Amino acid sequence: MTTGSAKHEIRLNINGVDHDVIVDARRTLVDAVRDKCGMTGTHIGCEHGVCGACTILIDDEPVRSCLMFAVQAQGRKIRTVEGLAIDGEYSPLQQAFHDHHALQCGFCTPGMLMLSTWLVERGTPVDDEELREVVASNLCRCTGYQNILKAVRSVLDGDKP
Amino acid sequence: MKPAPFEYTQALSWQDAVAHLSEHGDDAKVLAGGQTLVPAMNFRLARPSVLIDLNTIENADHITSANGELRIGALARHVQFETPPCEGPLGLLIPRISRHIAHAPIRMRGTFAGSLAHADPASEWCALSATLDATIIAEGPGGEREIDARDFFVSILTTALDAAEVIREIRLPVLEADWHCGFREFSRRAGDFALALAVACVRLHDGLIEEARIGIGGVCAVPFRSAEAEAALIGQPPTSELFKRAGEAAAETIDAMNDHHANASYRRDLVRALVPRALSDAALPASVP
Amino acid sequence: MSVIGARVKRLEDRELLLGEGRFAADYTFEDQLYMRVVRSPVAHGVLGEIEIDEALALEGVIAVWTGRDIAHLPPIDFRLTKIQDLPLCRQHVLVQDKVRYVGDPIAVVIADDPYVAEDGAELVFAHIEELPPILDATASPGEFVPGVSTEPAVVEKSYGDLDAAFAGAAHVFECEFEVGRHTGVALETRGANVLYNADSDRLEFFGAAKVPHFNRLAIAGMLGLEPEQIHLFEGHVGGGFGVRGELYPEDVLCCYAALELKRPVKWIEDRMENLMAANHSREQVYRLRAAVDETGYILAVDNEFFTSQGAYVRTHGATVSDLSAAMLPGPYMVPAYRAKGRVRLTNKTPCGTYRAPGRYESTFARERLVDVIAHRMGIDPVEMRRRNLIPPELMPYSRGIANHGTPLVYDSGDYAKLLDRLMDYIGYDDLRAELAARRAQGELVGLGLGYFVEKSGLGPYDDVRVEIAGDGRIEVITGVASIGQGVETVIAQICAETLGVDYQTIRVTHGQTDRIERGMGAFASRVTVMTGSATADAAGQLRTRLIETTSERLQLPSENLTIVDGWIRPIGETEGPSMSVGDAAAAYLDDHGGQVVSVEATFEATHMTYPYGIHLAIACVDRETAGIELERIVVAYDIGRSVNPTLVEGQIAGGMAQGIGGALYEEFLYTEDGQPICATFADYLWPTAQEVPDIESIVTEDAPSRTNPLGIKGAGECGINASGAAIASAVGQAIGDPGAITRLPISPLRLNEILNRSL
Repeated sequence: MTTGSAKHEIRLNINGVDHDVIVDARRTLVDAVRDKCGMTGTHIGCEHGVCGACTILIDDEPVRSCLMFAVQAQGRKIRTVEGLAIDGEYSPLQQAFHDHHALQCGFCTPGMLMLSTWLVERGTPVDDEELREVVASNLCRCTGYQNILKAVRSVLDGDKP
Repeated sequence: MKPAPFEYTQALSWQDAVAHLSEHGDDAKVLAGGQTLVPAMNFRLARPSVLIDLNTIENADHITSANGELRIGALARHVQFETPPCEGPLGLLIPRISRHIAHAPIRMRGTFAGSLAHADPASEWCALSATLDATIIAEGPGGEREIDARDFFVSILTTALDAAEVIREIRLPVLEADWHCGFREFSRRAGDFALALAVACVRLHDGLIEEARIGIGGVCAVPFRSAEAEAALIGQPPTSELFKRAGEAAAETIDAMNDHHANASYRRDLVRALVPRALSDAALPASVP
Repeated sequence: MSVIGARVKRLEDRELLLGEGRFAADYTFEDQLYMRVVRSPVAHGVLGEIEIDEALALEGVIAVWTGRDIAHLPPIDFRLTKIQDLPLCRQHVLVQDKVRYVGDPIAVVIADDPYVAEDGAELVFAHIEELPPILDATASPGEFVPGVSTEPAVVEKSYGDLDAAFAGAAHVFECEFEVGRHTGVALETRGANVLYNADSDRLEFFGAAKVPHFNRLAIAGMLGLEPEQIHLFEGHVGGGFGVRGELYPEDVLCCYAALELKRPVKWIEDRMENLMAANHSREQVYRLRAAVDETGYILAVDNEFFTSQGAYVRTHGATVSDLSAAMLPGPYMVPAYRAKGRVRLTNKTPCGTYRAPGRYESTFARERLVDVIAHRMGIDPVEMRRRNLIPPELMPYSRGIANHGTPLVYDSGDYAKLLDRLMDYIGYDDLRAELAARRAQGELVGLGLGYFVEKSGLGPYDDVRVEIAGDGRIEVITGVASIGQGVETVIAQICAETLGVDYQTIRVTHGQTDRIERGMGAFASRVTVMTGSATADAAGQLRTRLIETTSERLQLPSENLTIVDGWIRPIGETEGPSMSVGDAAAAYLDDHGGQVVSVEATFEATHMTYPYGIHLAIACVDRETAGIELERIVVAYDIGRSVNPTLVEGQIAGGMAQGIGGALYEEFLYTEDGQPICATFADYLWPTAQEVPDIESIVTEDAPSRTNPLGIKGAGECGINASGAAIASAVGQAIGDPGAITRLPISPLRLNEILNRSL
């Protein structure tokens, strides 16, 4: 058998649903989520961990899924953008992004949503400096970040829509 | 940019990890945070035929202080250093450094030990380890080995670890209350690799600097303590003039690296600027402006 | 309430927020194959044998093709500005003879898995006899092809009496300015998924963008197909910026592969490929001479400039050089002008347009020149601009030269008024004094500005079809494309306003070549102007038709009827006889037959329209580290008429972020051998949220467009145009040497050298 051809049967728990897939060791988590589980909401922007487009939550913490192999994610709680809305109703962050025009092409949006979901769920106070630092984890080419910061701030502050 | 094929195996203990490494030698790599290794694998610059996952080793992420030492487990992640890991000046210094490392999601996965094993010249933890003369505990086929920081960093991206060795723990001296510490780095964008960085730890006695540790990173192939800067400081009262002289002394003799972000001359200028600033940040009492 | 001008929320957002977008990589079909391009590892060389046997032997690899296999395909032709010897510089989809840049496609590997395709590509080995690369666009031209100079075209424009102006000038200034190579770099890399539909005998191309109709005809021509045999479909597009959507070798190869193998072929480039193989832009050197009178009034500008075109001339032809030449004078009178734009081939990635092409660069050069003149003559930089601005009474102002194939006529503009508004907004006199006081305290802080004229609404036409079904559903089918800018919302707003319905009941279709015969696509900030105008026209006709039908049914005179919120009723009345637009449509269909009531309209434009604006920046410099911090950015912009102010501000903010990138961070550098140094995000640096301050925008409507009934000018490129100029200006003032910054990006390394020199 040639190196690396071993197949691993793994179970990925994504947004509360188990997906049983067969992957080779080198299949990245983002590719497994997209291609094996059919959830293409998580995007690939660079495959070297800089742009954050592939950001998902693993055990409620933000992770660059292009820098993990699918075999590492067995038994972990994976959350992607597809799991944010409930019965088609936006999460507060999704609503805020829409209200504040925080997306244009939408390619960075899933990563930004997952990153800011972590920040909001963390529940600790976030000043403007820290907010900007966190949002700076992910790249956006369309919006200039301004409205993304406004959208996340509005949810952190519990603004009524 | 998909990685080349490899076999994946999970280590359940350090002995396990070492056994795998011994078997496969240069063909194997260990995986901890993956924030540096996996990009390299995606670029196919790193092509291990066997990947040994260390994340499955239990109780490897401790950060504890005992006997005047801060002991850092191999799987301790950068994010764990965002709150003071111990009492005293070291405990205050460490969170000031960790927030400069990349970005939050990378800090969730990347490890202190991983930074050391990778030995990027611009690594903050490598510079801190060099400044404080850390001890690196390596586990290999022959058992445990203690490596001093000054022997550990051999060259760019090269350490004294053997092919079948893996870092198990790092030990830093817990600094006493009369130490004062500061840190500064300069990068093009927040979170980028530093073009230069300075760690300044200074101990005062009767208003004079009795001991000094000035660490420089990002500038040469390995991080190092600047003997020239330290000599300029010893026995002197802390003033901003003195800090400037220390910066000059540090910058003068450096054989700095050249790349398209910064040439040697600019790196020296940065050292000249950052050393005094790190010293000022150390908030020494009675610093005369 | 008017919906044109309202800050309505976007119709596009839902799928994108839910993670249900359909970007090129999101399509996967049954029997899917994957294409990987093998690229030249050297910058210049003669291509010899290519060994493919090892790749072919790899399990999962279906095919490997080299230049020989597709030698019958013609090179990719131009979409724009095809002049002089440019046709000799076109690119074949796979190298035929010589490789000319690192990244030049030399083979393709088709496999059943993208990982395997990459494994296969690694096993392809090409023998290349290396040649010395040409990297400097200003050096004497050489040859890539025997007999064809690496200066295949020179763009020339002129007006006025240049010699007389220089002879009579009180002062002559000579300056050289340079903009570094960088480009749009969208977050989504390029890609396509092409399938062959056996039932309809046609290729279906998913992942199209920007100019799907043009590309369809071009691909059909290249592959020997009838246009009906290929259709392009645009899903979601992760940013374009001028770079995505042009016809690239990979698009054609994907189609070719799908046709040959009769299986769907998917190609998604990775980031390294994107940074090496998608169009680069911006690399230009300007050598300017200005003749100036005693008062600082510019009498003439002589502009010789060099555009580093890269290894081939792609679909844009000489567009960038043409725009640079035409737009350099900007908002100033400059009564005499000569431009000589040298198109120079270099062994680097081929170049094309990038947001405000030719304008980011020429504005930088022109505004730096103005600052230098002001400084040397002791004139306040704002006053200097005032003295040179074209006054409003001269509008429409013709320069007597061509711009992008149209006569250059500034249709409307009150440049002085916008400057007044900006100065008022920021409290210029107090601000200037405050910054001077800070400098006196030893701070390196400065204010800079750049005045620019933009161009938009490029024709020559756009078609639109507005349809309404019997149940009231409205669709606007356009020939444009979406790159994420909000096309669907803006067109819906215009249609809604004209038709009298809620904009949320309107669906806007774009980028589907099988829904509308022809289309010009999305570039040159043309969509709101062109498609918007055609939509207003068609919607107006549809409105008339619905009112007439209602008039007949309800026995009320048409002239008394109007449509409000989707109801056709007598003007001013809220109760009484009425018909919904849906019922009116159904009634019309009863009378005339058909499934939908359909109206087509075409809007034509022979001239572009010219919005204008000013970028203002305040920058702080750290003397010791040469670090630059942007303290404040203000944009003043006259848009003629704003359809959705929120979207306009979004375009400004996004463009400015890119402009900051080009001013301070982004550059493609090469080694002496022509190896790209900045081929990953570790070295090609985009601004993050930490590097982009909140942008303050003042958007005015003082100068509506004269080229379209709605008075609209575009907004796609106004955020980026003068950002390099303004930032350079601010940094120059901060370090006390306004003329010092002559090159972008202002990297800390370069700034440090300037600071050390001036000590």
